[in-house]
Amino acid sequence: MFPEPIQKATFFSRGSYRIVLYFAIIVWLLPLAAVFLTSFRSLADINSGNYWGWPTEFALVENYTQIFTVTPMLKYFFNSLVITIPTVIGTLTLSSLAGYSLAKHNFRGNFLIFALFIAGNFVPAQILMIPVRNLTLSLGVYDTKMGLILFHTAFQTGFCTFFLRGFIKELPHEIVESARIDGASELRVFWNIILPLIRPALAALAVLEFTFIWNDYFWALVLVQGDEARPITLGIQALRGRWTSFWHLISAGSIVAALPPVFMFFMLQKHFIAGLTMGAVKE
Amino acid sequence: MQANFWDRNQLKLAPVFFLAPAMLLFAVYVLYPIFSSLRISFFEWDGVGEMIWIGFGNYIEMWEDDRVHTAIKNNFIWLICFLLAPPLSLALGIFLNQNLTELKFIKSLFFFPFVVSPVVVGLIFSWFYNPKYGLLDSFLEFIGLNPLAVLSNENIVTFGIIIAALWPQIAYCLILYLTGLAGLNKEIVEAAKIDGAKGWSMFWNVILPQLRPATFIAVIVSVLGALRSFDLVAIMTRGGPWGSSTVLAYEMVEQAIFNYRMGYGAALATILFLILDIYIAWFLIRVWLNEKGRL
Repeated sequence: MFPEPIQKATFFSRGSYRIVLYFAIIVWLLPLAAVFLTSFRSLADINSGNYWGWPTEFALVENYTQIFTVTPMLKYFFNSLVITIPTVIGTLTLSSLAGYSLAKHNFRGNFLIFALFIAGNFVPAQILMIPVRNLTLSLGVYDTKMGLILFHTAFQTGFCTFFLRGFIKELPHEIVESARIDGASELRVFWNIILPLIRPALAALAVLEFTFIWNDYFWALVLVQGDEARPITLGIQALRGRWTSFWHLISAGSIVAALPPVFMFFMLQKHFIAGLTMGAVKE
Repeated sequence: MQANFWDRNQLKLAPVFFLAPAMLLFAVYVLYPIFSSLRISFFEWDGVGEMIWIGFGNYIEMWEDDRVHTAIKNNFIWLICFLLAPPLSLALGIFLNQNLTELKFIKSLFFFPFVVSPVVVGLIFSWFYNPKYGLLDSFLEFIGLNPLAVLSNENIVTFGIIIAALWPQIAYCLILYLTGLAGLNKEIVEAAKIDGAKGWSMFWNVILPQLRPATFIAVIVSVLGALRSFDLVAIMTRGGPWGSSTVLAYEMVEQAIFNYRMGYGAALATILFLILDIYIAWFLIRVWLNEKGRL
C-alpha cells in the first residue's frame, strides 16, 4: 500500500487530511457548481444581477420544464440518442467480428490490418474532414442522423477492434482449437464461444463509446446543419447563439446534455474504468 | 465423404468475411480520406468550383501566415501544459489513494469531468471567466485585484482555455493512476519497506517503475489531446480575440469551412497529421515489439 494508510497517522494528520480533501473537492467542482446553481435561478435573479447570492426563488422546475417546451432541446436530446445507440451497436458488432479474426486467424497481412486500425484511431479529425464531408454529401446523407451514424461507426471501429483484438488474444487458444476439431464452424465458434467470453469487454466498450459519441461536437459541426439532425452538443451551442441572455436556460440545457454520460458513469463505473485502463496495469 | 469447398477452406476464408464489413467502412471513411486530403492540399479549391493545381503553394503560404505561426506556438503551449497533467494527476492520485469510506464517492467526483462533453466544459468555464457574471473576476474583485476578463485578453486567453481542457484531462490521467496504484505489487512494496525504503526513494525507485504502463498511456493521451485540441477553442473563443487563441486544428476548420479554402485547410491538416504520425509510429513500434515478446 502506498502511501501509508492514513489510519496509521496521528489524530492531527488525519484531521488535516480530511480538511485538505474536502477543500480540494470543493475547488475541483467550483466551476460546475456555478452552472448548476444558475440552472435553478429565476430570470428575475439573472436580470437583477444576483449571480452568486442565494437565489431569491428556486426556479428549478420552471427552468427545466422550459428547456424542454420552449427550446428544441427535447428534439436534440432525442437526436443524440438516435445517433448514439445504433452507432454503439454497429461498432461493437463490426469490431468484435474483426477483433476475433485478427486475434485467432493466421493469415498474411494480419498485423498490417491491425496496425491500420490502430493508426486510423490516432489520426486527427481534420485530415478526414473535407473528404468525409464530400462523401457524406454525395451519399445523400449530409445533415441527417444517418450521416453521423455511418461515420462514427467507421471511425470508432478502429479503437474497438484494437481493444477487442487484445482481449480475445488473451483467451486461451485451446478452447477455440478444440471447438474447431469438434467440427464447429467459425461462425459458431464466434457466436457460442467467443461472444459469451468477451461480454465484460463489450460492456466496457459500450459505456465508453456511448460517452465518446454522445459528447462529439466536431463531426456534428461538420456533417449537420439544421435542427432535424442536430445532436444535443451542437444544440447547446446553437441555444447560446439564440438565447444569449437566458443563462439560466443555457445552464439547465448544459446540465441536461451532460446527464446521460454522467449517469452512466456513476451507474457503470466499474465497466467504465475497466475500459479506460486496459493496459494501464500490466503490459 | 469429401467435405465441401467451404468446410475445407473455412479457416482461410473466414477472415475475409469477418473482416470485410469493418475493413470496408474503415477504408471508405478513414483510409481513403487521408489520401484524398493529401491530394487536395496541393490545390486551390473553394469546395464547389474547379480545383487548380498549385503544387506546394499552400505550404509556402503557410510558412508566411501569421495566424499559422500563432497556431503552432499555441499548440506548443498546449503541449507543454498538457504534459503537466500526468504528474499533477499522479500527485492527486497518491493523495487520494486512501481507504476512507467517503473517498470512494469523492474519487468518482474527481473522475467525472472526463465524461462531461467538451461543449459543456467550455460553457462552464466561459461562465466561470465571464467578466460580468463570472466567479473568477467576482473573486478577484472581492480580494481587491483587477478583474482579468480571461477570454478577451490576448495574453492569457490560451492559458484560460488550457485550464478548462486540463480539468477533464487530469480526471482522465487520475483514473489511470488510481487504477495503477490499486494494482501495485504489495510484496515488492513491503520488501522495499523492510529494506528501509521510504518517502521519496520509495516513490522513485519502487512505486514509479511499477506505474510505468499508466504513465505511458497518460503521456500518450495527453500529447494527443494537446495536438488535437479543437472543441474548447471553437466553443470558448473561436480562436479569438484576433486569432490569438487559435490552434492548428481550429485554424484548419476556420479556413476550410468559414473561408471556403479547402486546399489551404487540407494543407494545415496535413501538417497536423505529419506531426501526429511521429506518435503513431512510436506507438505501433511498441505494439509490434510487445507482440514479438509474447511469441
